[in-house]
Amino acid sequence: MRIELHYFASTRDAIGRESEQREFGPEVRTVADVIAALEGEDAAYREAFADPSRLRFALDHVFVGLDAELADDSELGIFPPVTGG
Amino acid sequence: MPPTIACRVQERPFDSAAELELLETNSDGEAGAVVSFTGLVRGQPGSKLELQHYPGMTQRQMESIAGEAARRFELIAGTVIHRHGILQAGAPIVFVGVSSRHRAAAFDGARFLMDWLKTRAPFWKREIAADGTAHWVEARTSDDEAAASWD
Repeated sequence: MRIELHYFASTRDAIGRESEQREFGPEVRTVADVIAALEGEDAAYREAFADPSRLRFALDHVFVGLDAELADDSELGIFPPVTGG
Repeated sequence: MPPTIACRVQERPFDSAAELELLETNSDGEAGAVVSFTGLVRGQPGSKLELQHYPGMTQRQMESIAGEAARRFELIAGTVIHRHGILQAGAPIVFVGVSSRHRAAAFDGARFLMDWLKTRAPFWKREIAADGTAHWVEARTSDDEAAASWD
């Protein structure tokens, strides 16, 4: 499954890039699965995702939880709680 | 007819007085109240604020929040502007203006819009001190509580 990942704020700084296209195997079905797969790859992801309570997710520009199911060509935003206004 | 609340994400400054005047002059006698809020960048002289946002999601999310406000408070018209980029201390950062038949709905609508923008619009603030040191602003529990008070 192909997913376009977008990172913002401190999450972007920890990972060291703004976005990336990734291909995941059939074991990756939810947002939580993406997080686990990336954490298994590299320490930068483990640092960025260390505290899941400090992460928010947007699937195709709509806020979702860790259990949201992905579809092929989904766009997933991963970032800390927003601080605008 | 559904109300029109114009939402804009922009880097350039806005003129809050001009935005307010537009709402007042376009009321067509239907609106009895206009309430506006302007948010400014706090900070020491020489400090800056960087506003990052999620292009593609921000406009859609602001329009969704504005639509919810219009439904809940029977707003007649409104304008929501949120800036991004690098802003100097003292600069205007956000504008919310709404009109309604009576004042209570306009006050509540403006407050609701700000409370939801702070907790649901994908913007992130980074404070940059005059000496160049910078840090991302942490989300505040009080903002979450203010937004939750409308549930």
